[in-house]
Amino acid sequence: MTLTDEPTTAEAPVKEVGNARLRKEDARLITGKTTWTDNMVLPGMLHMAFLRSPVAHATITNLDVSAAKDRPNVVAVFTGQDFKDEQGSIPCAWPVTPDMVNPGHPSIAVDTVNHVGEAVAIVVARTRTAAVDAVEAIDVDYENLPVVLDMETAVQDGADLVHASTSSNTSYHFVFDAGEAGTGSDTDAAFRDAEVTVSRRFVQQRLIPAFMEPRSAVVGVQGDNYTLWSATQIPHILRVMGALTTGIPEHKLRVVAPDVGGGFGGKLQVCPEEILALLVARRLGKPVKWTETRSESLMTAHHGRDQVQFIDVAAKKDGTVTGLRVRLLADMGAYLRLITPGVPALGAFMFPGIYKFPAYRFECDGVFTNKVPTDAYRGAGRPEATFAIERIMDELAVELDMDPMELRRKNWINAEEFPFTTVAGLEYDSGDYEQATQAALELLGYDELRAEQKRRRESNDPVQLGIGISTFTEMCGLAPSRVLGSLSFGAGGWEQASIRMLPTGKVEVVTGSTPHGQGHETAWSQIVADELGVPFEDVEVLHGDTAISSRGLDTYGSRSLVVGGTAVVKAAEKVVAKARKIAAHLLEASEDDLEFSGGKFSVKGTPGAGLGIQEIALAIFAAHDYPEGIEPSIDAEAAFDPVNFSFPHGTHLCAMEVDTETGFVKIRKYACVDDIGNIVNPIIVEGQMHGGLAQGISQALYEEAIYDADGNLTTGTFVDYLLPSAADLPDFATGNTTHAATSNPLGAKGVGEAGCIASTPAVVNAALDAVRHLGVEDILMPLTPERVWRAIHTGGDGGARAAEGSNAYGGARTTESGYEEADK
Amino acid sequence: MTQINVRVDGASYSDDVEPRTLLVHYLREQLGKVGTVVGCDTSNCGACTVHLDGESVKSCTVLAVQADGSEVTTIEGIAEGGELHPMQKAFHEKHGLQCGYCTPGMIMASIDLLKNNPNPSEHEIREGIEGNLCRCTGYVNIVRAVQQAAGKMSSTAGAQA
Amino acid sequence: MIPASFAYARPTTVDEALQAIAAGGDDVKIMAGGQSLIPVMRLRLAAPETVVDLTKVAELRGVREDGDSLVIGAMTTHTDILRDPLIAQYGKLIAEATETVADPAVRHRGTFGGALAHADPAGDLPAVALALDAEFVIAGPGGARRSVPASAFFVDYLTTALDEGELLLEVRVPKLGEGWGVRYEKFNRVAQAWSIVAVAAAVRMEGGRIAEARIGLTNMGSTPLRATATEQALVGADVSLETVTAAAAQAAEGTEPSSDLNAQADYRQHLARVLTGRAVRAATGL
Repeated sequence: MTLTDEPTTAEAPVKEVGNARLRKEDARLITGKTTWTDNMVLPGMLHMAFLRSPVAHATITNLDVSAAKDRPNVVAVFTGQDFKDEQGSIPCAWPVTPDMVNPGHPSIAVDTVNHVGEAVAIVVARTRTAAVDAVEAIDVDYENLPVVLDMETAVQDGADLVHASTSSNTSYHFVFDAGEAGTGSDTDAAFRDAEVTVSRRFVQQRLIPAFMEPRSAVVGVQGDNYTLWSATQIPHILRVMGALTTGIPEHKLRVVAPDVGGGFGGKLQVCPEEILALLVARRLGKPVKWTETRSESLMTAHHGRDQVQFIDVAAKKDGTVTGLRVRLLADMGAYLRLITPGVPALGAFMFPGIYKFPAYRFECDGVFTNKVPTDAYRGAGRPEATFAIERIMDELAVELDMDPMELRRKNWINAEEFPFTTVAGLEYDSGDYEQATQAALELLGYDELRAEQKRRRESNDPVQLGIGISTFTEMCGLAPSRVLGSLSFGAGGWEQASIRMLPTGKVEVVTGSTPHGQGHETAWSQIVADELGVPFEDVEVLHGDTAISSRGLDTYGSRSLVVGGTAVVKAAEKVVAKARKIAAHLLEASEDDLEFSGGKFSVKGTPGAGLGIQEIALAIFAAHDYPEGIEPSIDAEAAFDPVNFSFPHGTHLCAMEVDTETGFVKIRKYACVDDIGNIVNPIIVEGQMHGGLAQGISQALYEEAIYDADGNLTTGTFVDYLLPSAADLPDFATGNTTHAATSNPLGAKGVGEAGCIASTPAVVNAALDAVRHLGVEDILMPLTPERVWRAIHTGGDGGARAAEGSNAYGGARTTESGYEEADK
Repeated sequence: MTQINVRVDGASYSDDVEPRTLLVHYLREQLGKVGTVVGCDTSNCGACTVHLDGESVKSCTVLAVQADGSEVTTIEGIAEGGELHPMQKAFHEKHGLQCGYCTPGMIMASIDLLKNNPNPSEHEIREGIEGNLCRCTGYVNIVRAVQQAAGKMSSTAGAQA
Repeated sequence: MIPASFAYARPTTVDEALQAIAAGGDDVKIMAGGQSLIPVMRLRLAAPETVVDLTKVAELRGVREDGDSLVIGAMTTHTDILRDPLIAQYGKLIAEATETVADPAVRHRGTFGGALAHADPAGDLPAVALALDAEFVIAGPGGARRSVPASAFFVDYLTTALDEGELLLEVRVPKLGEGWGVRYEKFNRVAQAWSIVAVAAAVRMEGGRIAEARIGLTNMGSTPLRATATEQALVGADVSLETVTAAAAQAAEGTEPSSDLNAQADYRQHLARVLTGRAVRAATGL
């Protein structure tokens, strides 16, 4: 053979990993050739619409659906009575304590409703329009029960109960005590001996994930087989849980997540509507579709955050921290969904952050209220913890009259101390907080902005400037299965991948990760291109269909690359190992004498001769000539179970302008440097950072789910639940340092949640830094102009917002009679 | 039912619709133009943005009957002769999308923006797409995409002039 | 969601429109651009039996001059306004406010007259119309015309002087030419949100003194309001920071704004004072 026949051996192979590859996914997304669940139309498909409770807590005393049944094109109307014996309970996979109280979660209310928006009846009709029209013909009477909304009231003795079957509104009391766990010293002693203590009450407001694609489910029926297409992050988990809940045998249920328009944890759920779609399809033997409206989504899809945090920190006068105590009230909402109770418990391990606390105690009460359940939202437990620790570090700095960065520096884990076991028992594997911090300070232009801040203070400028810091870490790559087991989680944390070598040399990668915007098709192709030495374009990534990818644990917790990507690497290694045997046979060489590079096996010391792995794929398809004793296939699969979490970290800096006359806050500049380990695709990483930042900033400035005194969600449309547009957010200056994770062969740490976790306290700290000299110590999130103005001019934390929705569009909000116009 | 005649992405359609049928539902359910999607019910999110007689509109806030006699262009009709529109290319090349749900509307709004202002500043781009919400990207790369498309489109226009 | 079923008329002339409205029965809604009405109908906050769609009534669209007035057809879209040379010359306050309405796609459909007839006190144009002492030209059943001043047009929350069967044809506003400075100062939390408070200010200066001042307040009550005390304090005063600040301090007098999740009443009043100061300073070039 001549050199020209072997171009790949002539040049060093181009590494795909680390390349800023443009995404494969985009081709269909930018042209509208998409497969959103709501696009799906099946022959004879019926449409479901829900009558939802307009009251937060009541007994259903009368429910008459006869008029709705008589409406044209209505095929059936169902109530909770119709499904009470087969609907089971929406599963909760995380009983965080042995005595956790779970009152059960019906998909459709049977006798009582426990939050506004709970399903009360289902109309099934030939068209969506007919279904929606007929909902209005249903007659319901409710007898109101006391409404429980405020957690601090709900946990008092004698408080009204959300669930009559329980003895209190407290679902569980979860404790992690480092002294008892042997990972730290006695916390009470630390506080008894403290030279300085600072205590604060922080509020993590309730948020709504607000993925752009509303939830949608379609069920197809083939005999006693069912296919559920759903806008879900978790087709694999949904299949298992859907089977267990409905009694449809698991092997008779296929779940498909087609193109999914964002999730952010909000689609990490076994939704009541998905279960009901299965039950209705089974009852009628017909395919059905349900697609929610945005107002339905905001009102009934699970919410996130919602904690009251009591944080105490103990320190020496020189700034050395000596103890941390955390007590949480975590709002479960009315029911426990998939990991509702686990979200705050997951946060338990992150409150110590990057600091060397010798003593730590965490306690959390999960509290029932008459609101929609909470569950995972981007970061899930870790943003709450990061907010608390990064806010209290600033408060401690003020108390000690220290520079907030100096205080952090004094207490953080130094680069040479890795691996470091924290007071929460986690082993942080790698990082360098100083390096990231230096880079971030430069990126922000820290010194200049500090000088400008000083000038504005001295001139008493109506627009003050502040700089906020967040030096954070997070635990990602969920998760080592044994650790999950020790935390009583109902599943493991492994991930699965398989690789199919097709006869033409093309490669199919089947992954148990389930993308909904992350770019797995591109990143996995890059990994496989390197591992197998095949062209990027020759790799197709298959996902999100339990009939194709039968094993998987899906996408959340910044786990996909760290766990799922590693499974792909492991599968590729097996493919190469299997191909090696065949190559040795065909090249008539010993396996030990073969080297594999650039997709080609060659005999050491014999340049030119060789066999490509894609050629081997064809050879083994023909299977005319292969070694005895092996199977005629080089396909392989692998499952990977990590031995540790990964720990991305970073330094986030926010410069904030505060208009002291109006309270309006405006981000002047945002800079961050994150260490997420090795990077597979830098543009995807940058995009993930940007999006996470937007959501974290939005928690600080814009978003809050507000219920009025009757339990109506007043932020029931995008008019009142504010998402920022391009005009409301700044450019972001981002950068990276790289310390490879030691827990996986890719050295990756995970990036999906970093921006969201880190940014919120940086933004709030910045606003406080701008106005602290005016006597402001705290401002509740979101930092509405009104709150900021009140905090500056009347003291306090800005106070509660009025619960009334704005009167735009007549103020769409739920009332006794459903949606109604605002008071005129 | 009312009969409407409408051109969508270069093809003519004649259909009976209920007056209450929203343009977006007509596009999706009667024409199968499912590239255009619905994201909200208060005209805030812009996911459903299409061009009606050459101007961006939120197709969830237009009745199908109002499109009678009009020309509608959706995300499915902007690539010409197998060539992506420069805005589509720019969104791809600048990674201006992640989940892609807002993307059709975002692209249609951005094309409209450049039609009215071929060389917008960053501020003007941000204001110009304020009616389109994205939950994934934080908008930075969307702004970069619009900037790139503006450069490409104005240089092309210059070459043709 | 999907609106409830309704009968639909799409007239092409004012006469046809009036007939369609008359024939529409008790529960008829006139749809201009539909940018507020359609969302309200989708949420089923409104479920009219009949919708009369004015988008094909060409005679209602456009801006013309009539002596010292600009005459703006009710169906002139926000985009039309922003592109109109007469508006650019004589209607800068309208242009400034219109630019802040919603977003470009909504402005392509939404209309000047529709926004006024909707009379949402959080909308941007009612306060501008009030500040300009606009005249509302209305056609009644059978074609009778009448004219209503802005001060009488805005009656209550989402309620105007338009009677059943009537149609807003056009709005006459004075040309603001030489000597006038204007500013629409809007305050909201995110760009496309409705105003928490906004202030429309038009000030005519003559020889270093303020000769005329017109100040409209958005979302400071159930209707748009004039900041009368401020206007009175400004007229005749010299153009200085002190006089403007002192006058602006009276901007919230007599207002009873609502409280909602964006702002409670006292904060709205504070904003009205601050924003009035800013608007007048900008209008006077201070």
